[in-house]
Amino acid sequence: MENNISLTLKVWRQNGPKEKGRFETYKLETVSTDSSFLEMMDILNEQLINDGKEPVAFDHDCREGICGMCSLYINGRPHGPDDDVTTCQLHMRKFKNGETITIEPWRSAGFPVIKDLIVNRNAFDTIIASGGYTSISTGGVPDANAIPISKIDADEAMDAASCIGCGACVATCKNGSAMLFVSAKVSHLALLPQGQVEAARRAKNMVAKMDELGFGNCTNTGACEVECPKGVSISNIARLNREFLKAKLAD
Amino acid sequence: MSTIFGSSIGRKLLMSLSGLFLVTFLIIHLSINLLLLVPDGGQMFNVAANFMAMPLIKYGLQPVLALGFIVHIVYAAIITLQNNKARGSAKYASGNNTKDVMWASKNMFVLGLTVTAFLIVHLVDYWIPLQITHGAESITIDGVQMHNAYALVNAAFSEAWRVALYVVGSLGLTIHLTHGFWSAFQTLGLSNSIWRCRWTVAGIAFAWIVGLGFAAIAILQFAFFQ
Amino acid sequence: MINLDSKIPQGPVAEKWSNYKANQKLVNPANKRKLDIIVVGTGLAGASAAASFGEMGFNVKNFTIQDSPRRAHSIAAQGGINAAKNYPNDGDSVHRLFYDTVKGGDYRAREANVHRLAEVSNDIIDQCVAQGVPFAREYGGLLDNRSFGGAQVSRTFYAKGQTGQQLLIGAYQALMRQVNAGTVDLHTRTEIVDIVMVDGKARGVIARDLVTGEFQRHFGHAVVLATGGYGNAFFLSTNAMGSNGSAAIKAYQKGAAFANPCFAQIHPTCIPVHGEFQSKLTLMSESLRNDGRIWVPAKKEDAEAIRAGKLKPTEIAEENRDYYLERRYPAFGNLVPRDVASRAAKERCDAGFGVGTTGLAVYLDFKSSIERLGEDAIRARYGNLFQMYEKIVDDNPYETPMMIYPAIHYTMGGIWVDYELQTSVPGLFAAGEANFSDHGANRLGASALMQGLADGYFVLPYTIQNYLADDISTPRMTGDEKEFVEAEKEAKEKFEKLLSIKGERSVDNLHKELGLVMWDFVGMARNKEGLEQAIEKIANIKKEFYSNVRIPGSGEGMNVELEKASRLADFIDIGDLMARDALHREESCGGHFREEYQTEEGEALRQDDKFAYAGCWEYQGEDKAPVMHKEELTFEVVKVAQRNYK
Repeated sequence: MENNISLTLKVWRQNGPKEKGRFETYKLETVSTDSSFLEMMDILNEQLINDGKEPVAFDHDCREGICGMCSLYINGRPHGPDDDVTTCQLHMRKFKNGETITIEPWRSAGFPVIKDLIVNRNAFDTIIASGGYTSISTGGVPDANAIPISKIDADEAMDAASCIGCGACVATCKNGSAMLFVSAKVSHLALLPQGQVEAARRAKNMVAKMDELGFGNCTNTGACEVECPKGVSISNIARLNREFLKAKLAD
Repeated sequence: MSTIFGSSIGRKLLMSLSGLFLVTFLIIHLSINLLLLVPDGGQMFNVAANFMAMPLIKYGLQPVLALGFIVHIVYAAIITLQNNKARGSAKYASGNNTKDVMWASKNMFVLGLTVTAFLIVHLVDYWIPLQITHGAESITIDGVQMHNAYALVNAAFSEAWRVALYVVGSLGLTIHLTHGFWSAFQTLGLSNSIWRCRWTVAGIAFAWIVGLGFAAIAILQFAFFQ
Repeated sequence: MINLDSKIPQGPVAEKWSNYKANQKLVNPANKRKLDIIVVGTGLAGASAAASFGEMGFNVKNFTIQDSPRRAHSIAAQGGINAAKNYPNDGDSVHRLFYDTVKGGDYRAREANVHRLAEVSNDIIDQCVAQGVPFAREYGGLLDNRSFGGAQVSRTFYAKGQTGQQLLIGAYQALMRQVNAGTVDLHTRTEIVDIVMVDGKARGVIARDLVTGEFQRHFGHAVVLATGGYGNAFFLSTNAMGSNGSAAIKAYQKGAAFANPCFAQIHPTCIPVHGEFQSKLTLMSESLRNDGRIWVPAKKEDAEAIRAGKLKPTEIAEENRDYYLERRYPAFGNLVPRDVASRAAKERCDAGFGVGTTGLAVYLDFKSSIERLGEDAIRARYGNLFQMYEKIVDDNPYETPMMIYPAIHYTMGGIWVDYELQTSVPGLFAAGEANFSDHGANRLGASALMQGLADGYFVLPYTIQNYLADDISTPRMTGDEKEFVEAEKEAKEKFEKLLSIKGERSVDNLHKELGLVMWDFVGMARNKEGLEQAIEKIANIKKEFYSNVRIPGSGEGMNVELEKASRLADFIDIGDLMARDALHREESCGGHFREEYQTEEGEALRQDDKFAYAGCWEYQGEDKAPVMHKEELTFEVVKVAQRNYK
């Protein structure tokens, strides 16, 4: 049932990439428990604007859990205290009346802060650009049903491909590692015959790029898969390890 | 092959392989230590310990073992430093409340340091008197003169504080292994959703068998063999 | 006078595209390297076009307002993508897909374009599979299909409930491959604020870096807009928060005709509005209508009791439920096209049978499917959608029916384009939802993905060459030409003007006011009086906006409120254009329902003798009423009839 709660928010504010940040504390009096976390942020921003202050900058877009844009670290967890959700799918019914909520940006050397709660995740694009695709151009491809693919493989590839590139895995990893993200793409394509053709090259290039960009070494804590809003499994990391080692040993 | 160990997965591969190598060492070590519980006045244990001091093992295998330790420890340090850097200088004010993550997995380096500290004590206690300074007393079994390793161990475990220290060391090793064992296979890529459960269960079982085994020997020695 | 020559090739409709390709001009590889193409947007149309241009050897500059191309709102499409593969052997063909699409669009689309769309639909599936898109498969290893509204065949390919995501990621990966190869220069967090015209041709854009606030000048021999739809004029819609119509409005202001702005699709299966704080409406995939049955209580007193919280839907006996779609449209039942389903929901709710606390909701019930197929089968098909519903509403749809209500979803109208997807401004192209071309007055489910990818992979790569072939000796401009300098100055002034207002009301506050006017008067049911009122109200909102909007901060560095304000300024213009178009179109067709024009049973009543044309609006200058021109639609193949889904 709908209820109104009041909250104290501790929000990270930072004017620009090179500026020093700080926490600001704000009070919100009536927040409906039916509203989403980001709608609560909207209410906060409306209040700040009405008070003549600058609103809090945060990334968000589709607000239905698929674009991967929203990225708030709430009370010690990326995407907050609910499982299998993005920040936009988190609802205020998960919080108690009078609670203090700490809201921080993703923190990792690979994701520098741009402003307030917005971080730069271009590194993920750079990693994909290094090999996260099949090297085929438009046109001249075989019929879609030319190569049968086992349903089991197709489904597993789909599960890996459901990664939304939000970066929660890196945000929660004590090592700032991007292995879950990289492994999801390597797995997705390695499981399909269309992607197997250049699987070795892909694994090597993507891992090299990930290392080059300063992400950490995976120590198999599994925190990434716990916080992944799409439930991408660390079995994919095992597959990436396999693909990578196989490729390197073949050299 | 040169670049493989320069990559993050390559570094982890070294951790995995050296770790598994050390696991096999633990199995041998524990097997021999169990002889301490054979009530023959230490005869079998002394024979086994003497066997381990044979030149082929001492000069052939021990350096390999040492290398295993060194690789494991040095790469652990490198990886930890790199990971701290990757984590970035800014820390989360609200900490990390991610649930369902094994405590050991997040504290492998600290646990490793505990094990290393224990290892040093252990080397000082036994390896140095038995194989370096040869300060340990001698005994002759079946006409062969050898160190009375049993007496050394037995004397050491007569002191409660050392027993306690060894129990703590074993416990540290256990916790280290609860994550380390399955993690080694994950890094090798020998895992998937099914095998992950199997390795984890096997790893936890192995860790406790090894840890409780070493601890039990120390305790039993203290309680019943004095 | 604006040029509205549709350039439809000669010949029978089924041969037009082949004829076009056989006779078009091409650009040789050496010359492609000398040509620059600007692509605005990285959704299905933008990413696929940019990647394809890059592969062909053109120099591409690609812009997105997001931090990554993968965030584009195409990613949120759930249900699937149509193609005429006829894999299920159920009688599908290119002709039938073409026919269904024209009919589904209520005979307001251009036959030649739609036929081409149906022709290339199969190539899209092949292309995506080759990219590694993990479409759903049967145990035999072949691709699975499902059925969607407005069709009697199963022609929809899908990847769980995330088809848009998978297709976009396919296109995104192809794009990133070109970024890596150096053929595409990607600009993220960069917004296009104006189009630069040189000698009557589009030759570049003025962009604003959303991180630094700096303005940039970019030259292109051609400019492609793939910037999506303008449904956010309603504030509440299924669109992403950042989706906007600004690039389309800039094009319109530079002389590109804006066609059929009033054709906006209301999607029947969205989670109902529940509070003032609401920022967005969440769509539940149309595919749910495959297995869900839509109903409201048959008795008013039951509906009232439910609204008051005294009765639960599960307590209503079968005979007291009104499965109104099955009742009214026995042939198509719950799978009638979106506009029909939406209006039927509104009709029941307006008549007092609505449920939910507001009375603006109907039930979508899976009980009989769960009984028939088992909960596991339903979970396998829609698990992620059910989970999404439960997270938002806190109700378990396996146990109690979902509540749904229509919401603005897609805009069929958009920038007018000819057969080559060129706007009425030479050198300016529009693709995907941003153009108006293929869906007429109503888009069928799973056709948006098809159209976006068709435009980007298989149409523009051909047609843009026909334009650029005449441009091979045009040298690159530096961006220091007076046209660029002037355009940048104007754009800067617009932003400074917004910042200088320093009023009392936040951008969202004004946007919500606009949204309410749009929903009440330019929404699901429109009438003359209401539309006239809307135009007046929108004009007042515009005045209020330019005198009373409050934008904290400055133009330097990131300023989200400033971005939103500049987009709202354009939404206000779009709202006005939508209302004007809806007022002039005195008929009901597809997504446009004029209450004055309906049959006795409440069905849409077209006026084919008067309105069988695309209404193309020409900009006349600030605060001047736009002028409407007609592109007459002729139907050579399709037999125009009242749509009948009974």
